[in-house]
Amino acid sequence: MVKNLRVKTSKFIDETYKISFKFNGTTYYGYKGDTLASALLANDIHLVGRSFKYHRPRGIMTAGSEEPNAIVQLHNNTSRTEPNVRATEVEIYEGLEASSQNCWPSVNFDIGGINNFLSPVLPAGFYYKTFMWPASFWEKYEYFIRKSAGLGKSPTKPDPDIYEHKYIHCDVLVVGAGISGIMAAKTAAKNGFKTLLVDEKSYLGGSTIYQNSELFKINNQVSSSWLEKEINEIKKFANLEIRTRTSVAAFHGYNFLLARENLTDHLPLDQRNNKTRQRLLKIRAKKVITATGSLERPLIFDNNDRPGILLSSAIEKYANFFGVACGQKNILFTNNDSAYETAISLFQKGIHIEAIIDNREDIDSKLIKETEKNNIKIYKGYTIINTTGYKRINKIIIMQLSKDGQKVVGSKKSITCDCLGVAGGWTPAVHLFTQSGGKLKFRDEDQVFIPNKYPSDQISIGSCNGDFTLNEILSSIPEILKDFLNIKKTDYDNLEVQSSFNKSKRNIWLLPSDKIIGKTKPFVDYQNDATAKDIKLALREGFRSIEHVKRYTTTGMGTDQGKLGNMHALGIISETAGSKMGELGTTTFRPPYTPLTFGTIVGRNVGEYFDIFRRTPIHDWHIKNNAEFENVGQWKRAWYYPKNGENMHEAVQRESKAARDSAGILDASTLGKIDIQGTDASEFLNRVYTNAWSKLSIGKCRYGLMLNEDGMVYDDGVTTRLDENHYIMTTTTGGAATVLGKLEDYLQTEWPELDVYLTSVTDHYATISVCGPNSKKIVSTVIPDLDFSDESFPHMSFKNAKIDKIKCRVMRISFTGEHSYEINVQANYGKSVWEKCIEVGKEFNITPYGTETMHLLRAEKGFIIVGQDTDATMTPIDLQMDWIVSKKKYDFIGKRSLYRSDTIKEDRKQLVGLLTENPDEVLEEGAQIVADVKKTPVEMLGHVTSSYYSPNLKKSIALGVIRGGKNMLGQKLIIPMENKQINVTVADPVFLDKENKRLNA
Amino acid sequence: MFIINCPYCGEREQSEFKAGGEAHIIRPKQPTELSDDQWAEYLFMRKNIKGIQFERWVHTHGCRKWFNVVRDTSNDDIKAIYKMGEKPPII
Ligand SMILES: [Zn+2]
Repeated sequence: MVKNLRVKTSKFIDETYKISFKFNGTTYYGYKGDTLASALLANDIHLVGRSFKYHRPRGIMTAGSEEPNAIVQLHNNTSRTEPNVRATEVEIYEGLEASSQNCWPSVNFDIGGINNFLSPVLPAGFYYKTFMWPASFWEKYEYFIRKSAGLGKSPTKPDPDIYEHKYIHCDVLVVGAGISGIMAAKTAAKNGFKTLLVDEKSYLGGSTIYQNSELFKINNQVSSSWLEKEINEIKKFANLEIRTRTSVAAFHGYNFLLARENLTDHLPLDQRNNKTRQRLLKIRAKKVITATGSLERPLIFDNNDRPGILLSSAIEKYANFFGVACGQKNILFTNNDSAYETAISLFQKGIHIEAIIDNREDIDSKLIKETEKNNIKIYKGYTIINTTGYKRINKIIIMQLSKDGQKVVGSKKSITCDCLGVAGGWTPAVHLFTQSGGKLKFRDEDQVFIPNKYPSDQISIGSCNGDFTLNEILSSIPEILKDFLNIKKTDYDNLEVQSSFNKSKRNIWLLPSDKIIGKTKPFVDYQNDATAKDIKLALREGFRSIEHVKRYTTTGMGTDQGKLGNMHALGIISETAGSKMGELGTTTFRPPYTPLTFGTIVGRNVGEYFDIFRRTPIHDWHIKNNAEFENVGQWKRAWYYPKNGENMHEAVQRESKAARDSAGILDASTLGKIDIQGTDASEFLNRVYTNAWSKLSIGKCRYGLMLNEDGMVYDDGVTTRLDENHYIMTTTTGGAATVLGKLEDYLQTEWPELDVYLTSVTDHYATISVCGPNSKKIVSTVIPDLDFSDESFPHMSFKNAKIDKIKCRVMRISFTGEHSYEINVQANYGKSVWEKCIEVGKEFNITPYGTETMHLLRAEKGFIIVGQDTDATMTPIDLQMDWIVSKKKYDFIGKRSLYRSDTIKEDRKQLVGLLTENPDEVLEEGAQIVADVKKTPVEMLGHVTSSYYSPNLKKSIALGVIRGGKNMLGQKLIIPMENKQINVTVADPVFLDKENKRLNA
Repeated sequence: MFIINCPYCGEREQSEFKAGGEAHIIRPKQPTELSDDQWAEYLFMRKNIKGIQFERWVHTHGCRKWFNVVRDTSNDDIKAIYKMGEKPPII
């Protein structure tokens, strides 16, 4: 029978609504309003997980998103499983199943726990050091480390949930709905600002909302009652939007924030279907008010990580908000007044407090007096030096602190307990502020970093701004808001506040022990098992930069980003290194503040919506005719059309042969098309292509090569002169957008005097290419009114024509070396014209071919593909395309670079053909080419860029780039493969029809 | 992600724009008369300043116009925006 630690009824918990859930396979009960953590604690369960390195038993430490220890896996082995979830943030629902992670085989018996006893050999930097040991060591460690470590399991099944993104624009964004945030939101809304208030919790009011003490009053009302009325009021504003369960993940420049809104995670699984699970809010706010509160600090002493040790403020929340006692024999350990708030809350709820250990000696405040009235024993000027209890704390050992706080004196005393609350003071939650680029300053009195310089129109208020007491918060906020919102008055200008909190604090980063540090385990980062000893070791090994120490010891590198212990790490470093805290700076807090699911990040962009698919107007025909597709940029291009169970090779061989023997047809609609008009169009082309364009007559086409200013080939394609001042340029499929961008750039910034207009018309035209010896017969039947004689319509020329009533542009151009026509029609006629060509071509066995056959056919002719046979290091000279570089033109883009000392070197990589000794052997694209395999190191001369088996030549052909290849014609070279060497001969890259007879066949 | 005030369209998200490197690098009118070193100066040498930088931007997913931006690269604070061909402000 498990113990029930539910104490007095809380109004935040609905005890009429019982919920069953499973933890590590056992069924437990909680109530609506519980978190997994509060429900476990009510069942007296503290041990929830194991630590990352030493596999030490760990329990629930906090009551919020800063939780380092109690991270669990939800719904293991299902499609909705999620690792690394903080038990303190999971609202329980019927059917919830959670399990411990980071332990194997179970949380109660964990093999990795042996690391705890091996810890002398697992010091700081252990993982880094294993990587530096010989690789063979790693093989042995890997299994052990992988199996026993690991932070949860990622899902293996598709995520069934829906996610979405939403943009929000507002005048004022208030982050955090504690007392400060509520005051700010109300003030902003009342003054007409379009306001958005977000909070990561399911309720409003922060920690004040469960503050029931008579010792804290506002306008003579208990603070929680006063705040409740304020909350009721803000709900009435039409211009105030409130989003709960919404955690701001990132605060970027220009007040751009990302937040995750949880919509269904608190619902029973059967109520989640067809609902959006999480929403990523992209918020652009004119003004941001950060009211993210503060996080309580733990205290650093030997064995400060046992289950049953919690933050004092968490114990208070579990009692006040959830009505749960974390233990029956509680001890509080503090260096400031806040533990006494907890003590009084517990006392009110009838929860027993064994003792309070306060490291301050001379203390006196209303709170302490009140506590003493209740007969609670207070040890003043003492510190805890150790704790015992493996899976749950059962004893603390205390000693008196010396006057300077550097060592312990007197005799040891032990006190039994089952729960220890630690209160080390407060750290402002400045994470979002620093993410936005804000600069912090260090406040010496209470050793905190607070916002100093704001990089945008934003302000931090309340305890995230270092105002911790109710007095400070309520007196500072009205003035800050008036100034920030530029208003005359607020509702809070004359509040009467009664607060019993005394600000005295005795901050000791690492509490002294009776043992030497090497014999102790004072944890600074609970999740990553970094101790004060590790930090000191890192400093001894010479690390000084805070960022280096962090990486070496892994302090602050867990999923919690060390929200609890980072300040102590800084403190210990500065003390050890003898530097001042303010000068060290802090580590960088990076987004997200708490982990985001991948689902939230991708939103609706999943599956076929992950990226845009562009389809040609003929796409449906390709599908109907069994095409396999290839992605080219965003385009889906027909790759090949397998028939009767052909594989790719067989299909491509058939298609290639048919195109040269009779007729082939290709959907070339994806080629980029840019319409160029203006009185300076010819001059413009002269400047952007390497060859001359002024003398191209109307109705003629010309191949052009475009370079970058550095002389390297950038794009190519055929451009046609449609009229005196009108051209249509084609670009490669992948280069269309960047070529247009580049041309616009030159026009607008270098040559604004040119009268030229550019329009992208890629999507406006369908392009059908018909090639082969019978192409003329087919196209002339499709377009009967046009004169197809060589005299009237020679190679590299263009005609306007009509197919019935459909206007089309016909170019006689060829990328295959065959007699060939390209028909361009308005896109929506594309499919019908294509089908007409197929119909007419039937008697000539017209064969649709895809990109693979196109690549093969052009390789037979030695035509390059920019991006395949070139990278950004090939000049036209390297490509043996000197013929296309005008010697006469004064200038064009990239001209000057063609005779830089580097580009004229003879031993640059140059494009050549390659023939294998064995004509059936097809080379691998990307394979390295060498001359001498015995030379060490082997000298790489170049690599294969294109390689095919040519059915027309009945042999293997390849293109490649080889250093100095131009002068190596006929030379024998070697292509070393994994298990063989292939002998090749350098050849002319034009393998077929060097005389271009087929163009006019 | 910052906001850029396109001189032709007004304020838009940064994601609509593309950066185009340092501004006011003028393409030589007579490249063929330049030495390798002079050409390399134009071709390769770019400043990479932490602080105030004059740079080119284009409104790719908008009006597609190029213009100049004066930006503090340390915090993305935009000091000035002006059209191509206009004189750079003194900052
Ligand atoms: Zn614009």
